[in-house]
Amino acid sequence: MLRFALTRILMSVPTLLIVSVAVFGLIRLIPGDPASLMLGDLATPASIADLQARLGLDKSIPVQFGIWFGNLLKGDLGQSINSQQAVLPLILQRFWISAQIVLVAVALASLVAVPAGVLAAWKQDTSLDLSLVAVATLLLSIPTFWLGLLLLLFFGLKLEWLPVVGYVSIAENPIAGILYLIMPIMTLFLHEIGVILRMARASTLEVLRLDYITHARAKGLTEGAVLWNHAFKNAFGPTWTLIGLVLGNLLGGIAVVETVFTIPGLGRLLVDSIFARDYPVIQGCMLFVAFTYVLVNLVIDLCYPIFDPRVTAQ
Amino acid sequence: MKLPAPNALVGGTLIGFLAIVASVSALWTPYDPLRLSFRAKLAAPSAMHWLGTDEFGRDVLSRLMAGAATSVWISLLTVALAVSLGTVIGLFSGYVRGWVDRTIMAFNDALLAFPGILLALGLLAVVGANKYGIILALGIAYAPSVARIVRGTVLSLREREFISASRVMGNSEGFTMARHILPNCIAPLTVLATSMFGWVLLAESSLSFLGLGVPPPAPTWGNMLAGSRPYIGQAVWLGIFPGLAISLTLLGINLLGDALRDKLDPRMRGAR
Amino acid sequence: MTSTKPLLEVDGLTLRIGASGRTVVNNVSFSVSPGEIVGIVGESGSGKTLAARAVMGFIPPAVRLISGSIRFDGEEVTTMAPKRLRAIRGAKVGMVFQEPMTSLNPSMLIGRQLEEGLALHRKLDAAGRRELILDMLRRVGIRDPEGAFNAYPHQYSGGMRQRIMLASVMLLKPALLLADEPTTALDAVVQRDVMELMVDLTKENDTAVLLISHDLGMVARYCSRIVVMCQGDVVEQGESEDILARPQHPYTRKLLAAMPHREPARDLPEAATPLVSVDGLVVDYGGRQGFFRKEQPKRALHGISLSVKPGEVVSVVGGSGSGKTTLGHAIAGLIKPSQGAILFNGKPIDKSETAYWDYRLNCQMVFQDPYSSLDPRMTIGELVGEPLRLVKGMGSADKKARLAEVLGEVGLGDGFAERYPHELSGGQRQRVAIARAIIRRPSFVIADEPVSALDVTVRAQVLELFAQLQKKHGFSCLFISHDLGVVEQVSDRVIVMQDGRIVEEGTRDQIFDAPQHDYTRKLLSAVPGLESTEDGGVRLFWRLGEPATA
Repeated sequence: MLRFALTRILMSVPTLLIVSVAVFGLIRLIPGDPASLMLGDLATPASIADLQARLGLDKSIPVQFGIWFGNLLKGDLGQSINSQQAVLPLILQRFWISAQIVLVAVALASLVAVPAGVLAAWKQDTSLDLSLVAVATLLLSIPTFWLGLLLLLFFGLKLEWLPVVGYVSIAENPIAGILYLIMPIMTLFLHEIGVILRMARASTLEVLRLDYITHARAKGLTEGAVLWNHAFKNAFGPTWTLIGLVLGNLLGGIAVVETVFTIPGLGRLLVDSIFARDYPVIQGCMLFVAFTYVLVNLVIDLCYPIFDPRVTAQ
Repeated sequence: MKLPAPNALVGGTLIGFLAIVASVSALWTPYDPLRLSFRAKLAAPSAMHWLGTDEFGRDVLSRLMAGAATSVWISLLTVALAVSLGTVIGLFSGYVRGWVDRTIMAFNDALLAFPGILLALGLLAVVGANKYGIILALGIAYAPSVARIVRGTVLSLREREFISASRVMGNSEGFTMARHILPNCIAPLTVLATSMFGWVLLAESSLSFLGLGVPPPAPTWGNMLAGSRPYIGQAVWLGIFPGLAISLTLLGINLLGDALRDKLDPRMRGAR
Repeated sequence: MTSTKPLLEVDGLTLRIGASGRTVVNNVSFSVSPGEIVGIVGESGSGKTLAARAVMGFIPPAVRLISGSIRFDGEEVTTMAPKRLRAIRGAKVGMVFQEPMTSLNPSMLIGRQLEEGLALHRKLDAAGRRELILDMLRRVGIRDPEGAFNAYPHQYSGGMRQRIMLASVMLLKPALLLADEPTTALDAVVQRDVMELMVDLTKENDTAVLLISHDLGMVARYCSRIVVMCQGDVVEQGESEDILARPQHPYTRKLLAAMPHREPARDLPEAATPLVSVDGLVVDYGGRQGFFRKEQPKRALHGISLSVKPGEVVSVVGGSGSGKTTLGHAIAGLIKPSQGAILFNGKPIDKSETAYWDYRLNCQMVFQDPYSSLDPRMTIGELVGEPLRLVKGMGSADKKARLAEVLGEVGLGDGFAERYPHELSGGQRQRVAIARAIIRRPSFVIADEPVSALDVTVRAQVLELFAQLQKKHGFSCLFISHDLGVVEQVSDRVIVMQDGRIVEEGTRDQIFDAPQHDYTRKLLSAVPGLESTEDGGVRLFWRLGEPATA
């Protein structure tokens, strides 16, 4: 078990390294002097020269990467051109907003979709199964930005139940904060139900075909016990992996939902920075999301032996 | 002849309809999708404008049709780019194996660590937001998943006995690759390309929605939706029809993808 | 038999696939008395598994019960309420499966899996259950029962898992055990041990057994009565001795005739140089250097030397992990040996380009799995004709003629050339594989378990075809198999392998009649042999002088 965990942790080191190289290289691909790019329109010859020296631009590319990577390890991702803020605190502040939406939405979606998927598989080819799959496929096919717009139209403008756009921190005003989050969370929740339900159903179907399910039934167990003790735990592994991927993907794609509801999250920060050519922030956001993605998947994999003890045996 | 599965039927109809609309729009749309008409701005659906007009009085139906052509064209080119790039990398990697393979795949997997459209967003920051920039960015962003699947297919095919049979026959590695391995990659690639068409179309619409896609005034479904937001209270149709178009297209792709997967490659069920 | 009331009575059972209307079990009747062992024998598609599973009320959703009754202990199973059915399952009727790798839940501790049934059907506290389980695990031959209690199934080998499975089922001392090919997936050497454990355990508890198998020898050895099924019908049933000695139905006779049998030893012309010889072959696996660790290479073959004379059929036998398949692949050139030489007609093949190509064109291979050895995207004609591509100086008309000739030889003459592999049965596919191997008229063919994936009667046909072609074209053959019956039938000489080494080598009669090495004796004693009798029946015997039965 320890060996499995260590190997898995070590395996993510090269990935993180290559991700860093890719992000570093991406900015170097832009034609023009990196120092001028990083400083933007407000640059003065003196500040450019200063940054050029700090980035080591007169030195070879590997040395430049070394300097950049060293700063990265210290948590120094540079300074935003627009706000002159340090990039990392800026990202962390925005990340918290996006993370609460994504986490709550995925947790709720899993709670609904996993049992529904298992149920659909158990009742395979019945009308219940067919309608669950149909609903899931439909939900999956509606892009989040349109789903968000529809919710906004219905609950915000028509029924006037929920505030239409904006964001208030929960810490400042808990009730208003929650009200503002309901629709974005609901948007992602509905969309991910489709994704997770289909996966849970597919992997449960795989497991239900196996002999040990018949063995469990042959012992005289009730259908409920067969499903819960034998099918569910073995079928959950692939779905669990998918949930990790969904978390990461949502973090990368949350910009559209944040745009619909004008929420100042991480996705919006990235898009605004692209518009403003705020390269230090773009670089920081990409690194941050990719690192988070790798870490989330690492945690997901480390939990995997709970559902399938075989993975620890090499 | 057996009737096709219901999901293939519905999916095929939806995508067939999309293809027809996209082709027709190249020759004819009810109105010029770019013509402004301030007298008719924000007109509700009527006999003259079936799906109404937008804030500049442009005909929504015409813009939807032109948008279909743009989206389909961008998605097709992107999928073609991603599939050819990924296939070349995947075949090469699965063919050479050893440390070269492991190095290539380490890079490939690191690129896969940029979730969803994030890599495309980053690349767009470099190449600039226009039609070809989007194709390039999305093509590069989606190539690693193709490479991964192709390599996996190559490796699993290599374990099959007919590959050993080809080698025992005296066929060279290159011939075995071309005659036995590549043709057997086509089925999983077809399934993947179908789903990918949906992912790309969604990504392209998302980028357009964010304002990072095809620049206005050229219509795309995504930028039509983005443009509708300020008027959503007074002109609901502006927000309804483009979204419906995207959703129906994605539904068609998903259904078609499921049907293809069931038919061609049952092992890939549930893969994303 | 005895006059007691039967424990299980199946009467006129008919099952049909809902959608296609195909009848898969047709008017099947049989019975099992308390404590009796009854066998159902049949090939794939005979409906034997469906009929047996129906006894427990397991009818797949796609299959419909059309008519018939199943009475267990006087109670009708087909109309039984789910609750009553569950009370019988496990407590009164147990079930053992073929595939030990998937019949235990991989994510549940073995102790907990065994406990489930007890907790459900017996009034015992946790300590009492634990004690019973540990006793039973010890009884089935698990060395460390306490350890097994808290272990997962994947920590045990297939044979051990099948013992655990038996323990799980026998804990509840059911009145009837359904055993569906319980030893088919196991290595030959452990098959007999597991089978005998099952028989002993059921005898101790007075449990009746319904044994489902394709292996007539196995069934005849352990069962008092046999039910023969074919295509959903029961074609014959009766006492084992009668069925073996005086088969009535043509299908039963066909099954018996398909059992491998020994033919008189052949005289082979003496040759100065062996056609193929292998000298000190060593193959290492793995040894891959990962990013973080170095794996020690695993030695699969420890210096193997052997030779095959022109026209000779040499068999290599051994259990799984013996290295026999690796040996075949190395000789075929699919694996690069780390040491040793392969000589063809006396010339080492890795020394010159011409010697290599001479060998490459003359050495062909038939693989085990006819479903994986044919490229699914090519037609039969393309598949069989492909090797001719590399024959220099053969015109396309000649190639066409050769293709037609070879397809005819393997019995796939008319219209097969245009078909695709998925349109063919397993036996036909293996004929295609054989045709592909012999189309260049090679002098040496390696056959790696060529019939182990085939049904009994198909296997006999393919073996006969192979022998015919071998006689006609005179190629030498290295025949790799785990199946002693088949080896006894086809070989001139036999090589026995264990753990990557040759432990014994000799003529077929030497090996089968006077084995020297312990491992060979163990292999031979694990499977019963069959001998034809004059009146068209067969006689069953254990090899190595144990008392014959039946």
